[in-house]
Amino acid sequence: MESQLPAEFVVNVDHEKCRRCKRCVINCSFGAIEFKDKVTPNNRQCVACHRCATFCPESAITITENQLDYKDGYNWTPEIRKNILKQAESGGIILTAMGNPKPYPIYWDHMLIDACQVTNPSIDPLREPMELRTYLGAKPECLDFDSDISLKTELAPQVKLDIPIVFAAMSYGAISLNAHKALAMAARRMGTLMNTGEGGLHEDLASYTDRIIVQVASGRFGVTSKYLNNSALVEIKIGQGAKPGIGGHLPGEKVGEDISKTRMIPVGTDALSPAPHHDIYSIEDLSQLIYAIKEATDYKKPVSVKIAAVHNVAAIASGIVRAGADIVMIDGFRGGTGAAPMIIRDHVGIPIELALAAVDDRLRQEGIRNRASILVGGSIRQSADVVKAIALGADACVIGTASLIAMGCRVCQKCYTGNCAWGIATQKPELVRRLNPEVGADRLCNLLTAWGHEIQEVLGSLGINAIESLRGSRERLRGVGLSQETLDILGIKHAGIGQ
Amino acid sequence: MKCDGLMNPKIINSSGRVHQRIPSGCAISGLMSEEGRRIDGSVIIRSIACMHDRSNGLGGGFAAYGIYPKRKHQYAFHMMFDNIEAKEATEEFFKDVFNVDKDEAIPTHRENGIRNPPILWRYFLEVPENKLEFLTERDYAMKIVMQINSEIEGAFVASSGKNMGAFKGVGYPEDIGKFYKLEEYSAYIWTSHGRFPTNTPGWWGGAHPFTLLDWSVVHNGEISSYGINKRYLEMFGYKLELRTDTEVIAYLFDLLVRRHKLPMDLAVKALASPFWKDIDRMEPEQKKIATAIRQVYGSTLMNGPFSIILGHSSGMMGLNDRIKLRPMTAARKDDMLYMASEESAIREIAPDLDAVWSPKAGTAVIGTLKEGVE
Repeated sequence: MESQLPAEFVVNVDHEKCRRCKRCVINCSFGAIEFKDKVTPNNRQCVACHRCATFCPESAITITENQLDYKDGYNWTPEIRKNILKQAESGGIILTAMGNPKPYPIYWDHMLIDACQVTNPSIDPLREPMELRTYLGAKPECLDFDSDISLKTELAPQVKLDIPIVFAAMSYGAISLNAHKALAMAARRMGTLMNTGEGGLHEDLASYTDRIIVQVASGRFGVTSKYLNNSALVEIKIGQGAKPGIGGHLPGEKVGEDISKTRMIPVGTDALSPAPHHDIYSIEDLSQLIYAIKEATDYKKPVSVKIAAVHNVAAIASGIVRAGADIVMIDGFRGGTGAAPMIIRDHVGIPIELALAAVDDRLRQEGIRNRASILVGGSIRQSADVVKAIALGADACVIGTASLIAMGCRVCQKCYTGNCAWGIATQKPELVRRLNPEVGADRLCNLLTAWGHEIQEVLGSLGINAIESLRGSRERLRGVGLSQETLDILGIKHAGIGQ
Repeated sequence: MKCDGLMNPKIINSSGRVHQRIPSGCAISGLMSEEGRRIDGSVIIRSIACMHDRSNGLGGGFAAYGIYPKRKHQYAFHMMFDNIEAKEATEEFFKDVFNVDKDEAIPTHRENGIRNPPILWRYFLEVPENKLEFLTERDYAMKIVMQINSEIEGAFVASSGKNMGAFKGVGYPEDIGKFYKLEEYSAYIWTSHGRFPTNTPGWWGGAHPFTLLDWSVVHNGEISSYGINKRYLEMFGYKLELRTDTEVIAYLFDLLVRRHKLPMDLAVKALASPFWKDIDRMEPEQKKIATAIRQVYGSTLMNGPFSIILGHSSGMMGLNDRIKLRPMTAARKDDMLYMASEESAIREIAPDLDAVWSPKAGTAVIGTLKEGVE
């Protein structure tokens, strides 16, 4: 069927400037640029990944939105019309990637942070220690000492983070081995963690295992006793913010020799993650899996449970803590994905800000907040989001999309095609090669270093010098332009109200 | 396990009334005889009066230990009532929850410019045996204190310990001291406070010291981590009712020392933690303890500027925040331990001292009463 869909973008080539070096042709992995005597765009293929424009030595390429005007319609937006055309042509679910791009309210941008003036002094992070160190893991209610002041209480395993930002779960398969290597190297250098996602751990990363969260998801890919024990902590993935309640699907063409070995499935077969874990149909089943993993790791690894933020997230999180999890990871509805049906990504789940506030409140009401650390993700875009999340009650944040952008991602949302021109979300060797793990790691470290400094600046302006004095300190946040109900859920006051 | 059941907010308090918090700057002074010799209140008044300019007349107060030796086994409740109805309601309530052995007006001297005092009354109380089936005596008393403060309109517990009392109000501390006729009391520990609030409801209950059972706190500074300290305490059943962050300090000591039974020097490591860079260099056992304390009690870290003097039934302790953003001087003379915002306030009452020093940031000065002092 001939497609009626118009091109989304237009590639403009300034032929005056162009030297016909063909670098753009070589770099475009989507087939959007050909060479026919001169550089000739095929606009319909362009995804605006900016690879050509970035690498053009003459800066002769610009990419613009295809400014096709549609007959006005507030209800029938061009996007909706285009989606109907797509489905009329394909008969399929519309597939997409990355996080929810819809204009839902972003509550981070409606929260403002306090600062000291006169009555309490701010602290200069350039002159005074400013501590970001965080420990993930279950904490006892209190400590017990012997009469000779030696510690009687034995603490559950704790994982140290030098900065309260962890790289999000992204599987080898969804992203390339070079991307995994960059994340692992950066995690080690920055004293934080990366997360294998559900695709197992490639043997090249064996030396980084103390900095790696290994995931156990419904497909159980690559899960062995060695995998579980060579880790900083183990995460059971129940759900993902971008696609709560549904499974995953890595197409067979991405399952080459290496991925086959890592995931422990035959070459060329689809890697299907079922929607539920087929051994978890209720909370008591989850508890069994948590303790099975604890047994398998001799109670030396904290066990995390990752869930998507859904309506009843507070009660679910409470159940997870009571089921024995050391960490609850909550992924908001704006979280990213390598591939998800658009209907799920754009319409299912709830914002992480509200989910986090509800979970932290609930665990405190039940007096069990100390029993588990809270990790949150699902669109942490900047250090200010990290500060606000920690003030709402998170122990640390996870960043997925932000870390990919640091490595070169342009958020073109085409991860599921496997054509990533930046060597990140692809398994094609000629594309993977484009991402130098060392350079990627440098860029990731720079990002975390910068965010770390920014967080320290904010702590200093708040007059505190340890991150634990920010954690859960909602008194230091104020809402702007939020309804009373939203403020109540977030547990913050409106701007203009003092202490 | 000793902390079983501590984390059930319902056991201790079920009310929801919370007041606003007012930050403030201040002067503090404290003195103690380790031998338990009793000193009359005129001495501490002279000391705090020396720092008159650190207050602005909107709050002053004193805590005194050892003042009711004949009734040392009874809870001495110093009450403030806005009106007679509140007093009657409280007395009605006391009938149900305590055996009231004696009650009387707190003696005051009315001619020195202190305005609009509330009704000031003290009660000597015993806990009936049959009330202690599910709670310890102190948890029971704490629950009653919280209940009065949050549920009886116009009634406020100024202090609730045994053999001690708080005397506080709106005014300069030296005037408050004379108002309460403190020269007629003898105590082995005195602490005092002059307040400089940046804003005030002119409320007598909001003056320092803040107390809970035997704990009393006088505090110069502002707890910048108030938000999380408060939420942490709420998990253990504390209700923060006052318009000052000082109550956070008293409750934190109550939680860590009385309920979690941490030794005082370890509690201090939670409230004014050593820095990680220093912990990392400690000997293994010390490092393990300090790390565990920060891991488990991170939410109790009192961050922001403060110097405090804590009084309790067996001693007095002074503490600065971890980077010493507020002043504190300590001194010794024979069995006397002194602490104050300024050295002058100590020299005023003890010109000849054995030792004077500025305690280091985050390092507690701990004074302990000799065994057997009552």
